[in-house]
Amino acid sequence: MGREMSNAATDQNQQSSLSYTVEQLVAVNPYNPDILPDLENYVNEQVSSQTYSLNANLCLLRLYQFEPERMSTQIVARILIKALMAMPAPDFSLCLFLIPERVQMEEQFKTLIVLSHYLETARFRQFWDEAAKSRHILDVVPGFEQAVQAYAVHVLSLTYQKVPRSILAEAINIEGPSLDKFLDHHIANSGWAIEKNQERGQLIILPPDEFNHPELKKSTTDGIQLEHVARIFPILG
Amino acid sequence: MAGMTSYDHDLPVPGESPSIVYDPNHVPDSVKSFVVHMYRHIREKNVYEIHQMYENSFQSISDRLFKDSPWPSVDAVAPYVDNDHVFCLLYREMWFRHLYARLSPTPKQRIDSWDNYCSLFQVVLHGVVNMQLPNQWLWDMVDEFVYQFQSFCQYRAKMKNKTEQEIALLRQYDQAWNVYGVLNFLQALVEKSMIIQILEQEKEGLEQFTATDGYDYSGGSNVLKVLGYFSMIGLLRVHCLLGDYHTGLKCLVPIDISQQGVYTSVIGSHITTIYHYGFANLMLRRYVEAIREFNKILVYIFKTKQYHQKSPQYEQILKKNEQMYALLAISLSLCPQVKLVDETVNSQLREKYGEKMLRMQRYDDEAFALYDELFSYACPKFITPAPPSYEEPLVNYNQDAYRLQLKLFLYEVKQQQLLSGVRTYLKVYSTISLGKLATYMEVDEPTLRTILMTYKHKTHSVDSDGKITSNADIDFYIDDDMIHVFESKPAKRNGDYFMRQIVKLEGVMTDIDRIKLEFVRKCTRLKSSSSILFCPCRRASAELNDLSHVHSASTNTSFQSHRSRALVTL
Repeated sequence: MGREMSNAATDQNQQSSLSYTVEQLVAVNPYNPDILPDLENYVNEQVSSQTYSLNANLCLLRLYQFEPERMSTQIVARILIKALMAMPAPDFSLCLFLIPERVQMEEQFKTLIVLSHYLETARFRQFWDEAAKSRHILDVVPGFEQAVQAYAVHVLSLTYQKVPRSILAEAINIEGPSLDKFLDHHIANSGWAIEKNQERGQLIILPPDEFNHPELKKSTTDGIQLEHVARIFPILG
Repeated sequence: MAGMTSYDHDLPVPGESPSIVYDPNHVPDSVKSFVVHMYRHIREKNVYEIHQMYENSFQSISDRLFKDSPWPSVDAVAPYVDNDHVFCLLYREMWFRHLYARLSPTPKQRIDSWDNYCSLFQVVLHGVVNMQLPNQWLWDMVDEFVYQFQSFCQYRAKMKNKTEQEIALLRQYDQAWNVYGVLNFLQALVEKSMIIQILEQEKEGLEQFTATDGYDYSGGSNVLKVLGYFSMIGLLRVHCLLGDYHTGLKCLVPIDISQQGVYTSVIGSHITTIYHYGFANLMLRRYVEAIREFNKILVYIFKTKQYHQKSPQYEQILKKNEQMYALLAISLSLCPQVKLVDETVNSQLREKYGEKMLRMQRYDDEAFALYDELFSYACPKFITPAPPSYEEPLVNYNQDAYRLQLKLFLYEVKQQQLLSGVRTYLKVYSTISLGKLATYMEVDEPTLRTILMTYKHKTHSVDSDGKITSNADIDFYIDDDMIHVFESKPAKRNGDYFMRQIVKLEGVMTDIDRIKLEFVRKCTRLKSSSSILFCPCRRASAELNDLSHVHSASTNTSFQSHRSRALVTL
């Protein structure tokens, strides 16, 4: 038991030292064709360890742009799925800007673009239907479902103070007892609450923030950095 | 053109190969004089004179003698400047820049120019350069370097009509204008100059860079540092040309564009920085940020362009001005935040694009055509960095990069199609039920819910740190099935304005003090030259020995009238 754990620990150490080196490479020497294999390995590592690095992935897509014959569509697909999981950040579009049009015409990429379109336009029902048909593409990347659910919750939180249960269920593709468990988890950890409405069933009360509760918006987000004010200290003093 | 020296060959028609009638070895007297003086000024580190010659003399000689032909070859002028290696590299850089501006470079000339930049940058990177050059020149070097790279990629991608000779040349010199080379040079300049660390340390008062406009007053050279600084902007530009907006903006992070800096010391660099910064933010859907920066620079250009009318950059300034109005029109159509725009800019915008903006907000087919038109006019000249395939059939692929960016941009616009309809209704109601709004918009409730969520998603941008900011002027939240509308004002940045005014006032007060001191010095000097003098305030002249006899602006007797009367006496 102990040996297994220490092996796992060593693996993790090795993995984290690999990621440290790649991030350094990207920061210090990004325009270098020799780092392409390292960046490809790093993508696979991001997939297996459920981490993410936009900078490293953009660096790789750039290198593919410079030397199209070295492009691996499998790696590109993984990068795109990871980018999709980063929503609401616009990472998916950022990646598409760097992928040649003829590559984007391939079947698997067309599917991913359609999935992105559904998410961008909050068409969650259509998204989950299409995702179910494309499990073979998506299952490669663990954590995909949870990431999309987190995005769905984000959009709902921007929009609703109180959202009907059915709307939430459709958005995150969970129903029945699983949904109850999901709700219990968020009530315990994320400040959610439930209200029972006579005709319309459960209403989920989402935590208030400046986006769904305008009165919470700070009236002066007008800050000045200290270093700027420091420049006029001699005058003021 | 009286008074010209014997430069009387037929000047070639622009576009024809200049090597036919142009004699590269003929050096007119004005050129002789130009290089000799320029060389001396550079050796003496007389930045002011260098700048005069660079901005003015070079232009006027070009206009007079080299309208349609290149300057004399570097080999012909080298004897007049002790065959100085570095001066020759600088001369060649200007030689090629003139060629690109007035004529069409041949393929071989393109490659030779690349070689010259390699040599020049390598000399600078080795740290052996001991000159001080004007910022204008250093900016032009980086700017031209990126421009020639872009021009080469465009040229190389048009394979269809290339002669065998040209193809052979491209294959032989495959390292010329290689994208790795270009990016690595810019990166090397940034790193070797340590400019990022210098800017960091400047914030803590441990370094002087911005305060001296990048010039070195302790006997050193400004060339590497300032080239490193401008290379950050060069990197932003190259990344935008490649379609990598995120990394482009990252390269610019060390420069604080909310403040003046070395990037504002040269108008070309100021405009290029903001143009690309704004464009990148537009593509990243950070519309408010783009609008803010475009507005600021357009106000600035409006106020200052009259001072640049005679400069060789004037045309470029006007072109970028027009392009940024187009980008502003696009940004405001996608994100109607008119309050962020100054009155002067707004009236110009109405004039140029008022009609079109109304039509763009209708999101019908005509609207998409307009988005296409404005984007295509204003966007950077995107490039495909990969070398061509030399296999038959040879195709032109120079438009591929642009077509991709345009397609993705229009795709984004299409996704936002239904949002302006929502906005129209939100402006009119403070609360409305989902059912009612669905009826008005002629969609079913589930569709309306998705449209409203799309509105929220598209109007809340995510910055590079993951922070969410609202770009919307009209916003709402839903309580079960009731929509509550509220106005959302973006933060007014008053802090910056007040800071600037404080500094300005301090400047005025310092000026007043300086004038007072000068006046007193004048008085004492004249007194010592034995003319009897007394200050009109009627105190005896002897008291003027005491330099403390100074009139503060706050004494009863008007300081102004004292000064003018004193001057009359003097």
